[in-house]
Amino acid sequence: MAALEGSESGALVGRIGPRRRGWATRTAPARRDRLLTVIAERSLLIALALMFLAPVAFVVLTGFMTTAQAAGPSIWPRPFHPANFADVFSRAGLLRASGNTLLYAGLSTIGVVVSSVPVAYALSRLQWRLRGPTFLVVLATMMLPQQVTAVPLYVLFAKLHLVGTLVPLILPSFFGDAFSIFLLRQFFLTIPQDYIDAARVDGAGEWRILRQVVVPLAKPAIAAVALFSFLYAWNDFFGPLLYTGENPSAWTASVALANIRSQHHVQWNLTMAATVLFMLPVIALFFVAQKAFVQGVTLTGVKG
Amino acid sequence: MIGTAMIGTAGRRRLTVLAFLSPWLVGMLVFFVYPLITTVYLAFQHYDLLSPPRWVGLANFRYMNIDANFWPAVRNTAWMILVSVPVTIIFALWVAHVLGKIRRGAGVLRTVFYLPTLAPPVAATLGFVYVFNASTGPVDRILGALGLPQPLWFDDPSWAKPSLTLLAMWGSGAIIVIFLAAFLDVPMELHEAADLDGVNGWQRMRYVTLPTVSPVILFAVVTGVIDGLQYFTQGYVAGTAAGGGDAGAGSGSSLGYPEGSTLFYPVWLYQQGFQYFAMGYASAMAVVLFVAALGVTAVLLLVSRRYVHIPGVS
Repeated sequence: MAALEGSESGALVGRIGPRRRGWATRTAPARRDRLLTVIAERSLLIALALMFLAPVAFVVLTGFMTTAQAAGPSIWPRPFHPANFADVFSRAGLLRASGNTLLYAGLSTIGVVVSSVPVAYALSRLQWRLRGPTFLVVLATMMLPQQVTAVPLYVLFAKLHLVGTLVPLILPSFFGDAFSIFLLRQFFLTIPQDYIDAARVDGAGEWRILRQVVVPLAKPAIAAVALFSFLYAWNDFFGPLLYTGENPSAWTASVALANIRSQHHVQWNLTMAATVLFMLPVIALFFVAQKAFVQGVTLTGVKG
Repeated sequence: MIGTAMIGTAGRRRLTVLAFLSPWLVGMLVFFVYPLITTVYLAFQHYDLLSPPRWVGLANFRYMNIDANFWPAVRNTAWMILVSVPVTIIFALWVAHVLGKIRRGAGVLRTVFYLPTLAPPVAATLGFVYVFNASTGPVDRILGALGLPQPLWFDDPSWAKPSLTLLAMWGSGAIIVIFLAAFLDVPMELHEAADLDGVNGWQRMRYVTLPTVSPVILFAVVTGVIDGLQYFTQGYVAGTAAGGGDAGAGSGSSLGYPEGSTLFYPVWLYQQGFQYFAMGYASAMAVVLFVAALGVTAVLLLVSRRYVHIPGVS
């Protein structure tokens, strides 16, 4: 509490507007206290930022160590041993697992976008009686823990002989994803009605309006949805463990990585090298598609 | 509902609506309604996937009190929801609050705090288990060099969940960014009005800033609690990686390591249903989880009516 005291006042206002009226009348000690809190807060924040980076640094450095170094007290690899990054592909079957992850992530992203866009359109731009309640049902499905429906779905896919394949992971994405529908709906609502009315006057049907008016305008939101779906599949562990756990040739990279230490009696240096390889594409994606990320994050939080 | 929508004068338009909705409607029936009903049905059966289900009445629910791991698993999950989630949210609020006041370097810092959220949970957990490896990991080496106590982290039953909380805080960048956006959105007039009233910093936080960002806090609490109820991956990976056991779908011998402290409710449900194939019991556990999710959501929404300020809604 003490850290918040005094420091909040003025800062937000001072950021944009002129200095507050009260400022000049403050006594010198109060001002000094405030300055000290600001310095303390910011030093703490910078220290915290360094602590946020530290685990990544340790993981990357260990990925470059030889097995002997990784077991010893060294923090800096001497010499650098980049061969780890090639080794994990052969020793831990990471190549096939990465292929499976790409297949899962790629196909499910297509599925989510293709199936969620029309649903979001119906929930935002078409007028019908049960629209409100239907939207609530969409929201409610987001609240449902995955494990609640896991047993019957597993039984269903087992009866179809699809357990041990990627199908149970990919198939559901072609039937609308609640979170993506929600996000797209929020964006579609911001499209000015005039654009849609103009198209209707021109005699366009709803499909054409969706494809030729709404989708081009909603590109940032669609990009965000595609990005989140891709990342969801890339990161997913419960689903792949459930459906591919028994069949190592269908493992996704997340399952292979979770198994790497036990299954292949692999040391920490190789485990960390594999961890880095698994994170790298995501980090790269972030820097390429930063705008879509920011768009997506703010759409979920602020307008929700 | 569907039937009545199809009949009527504006039939064509309703057909369009139905066509647009159809992927979701089918998905809803196949992937939510059907499994939800079947879960309830299986909760009263003995079922192992091989032989047909056999009615056992309330036996699965009664077994919860005999099962030595059931209540510990409930307590572990409750710990994450009641301790880890609030700690993480307060931490994120503080970071966002300080970030909001920084002018120079704010972009870089924001990226630093956001980036960890991109680390896949399996990778992040493995990284943390390594970094916090008891005595030989970098963190304990640094603590040792500074002459500080070196906890056993993921190897100590009383430290395992706090270690997972550190992991959650490290991955809280998404809500930090959302909080930051909300803080910067607080209308300037409110701050000016507060100035005229001569409030101090804490009062401003309590009566001006927090009420205006309360919808965003509610959002963070609701998603945090829902995620807490299904908290699985980090617990599973931490247990198996630190315990050195088989993480595959095989024995799962070190699930919950150390001493059941990371055996969260969904982990135990998974092990019962898909490693022991006690699918009736797993379904009963799923029903309990469903009721808990409903109850928690209802309570949160009721509480929020009283405390959350939504602009334009009185």
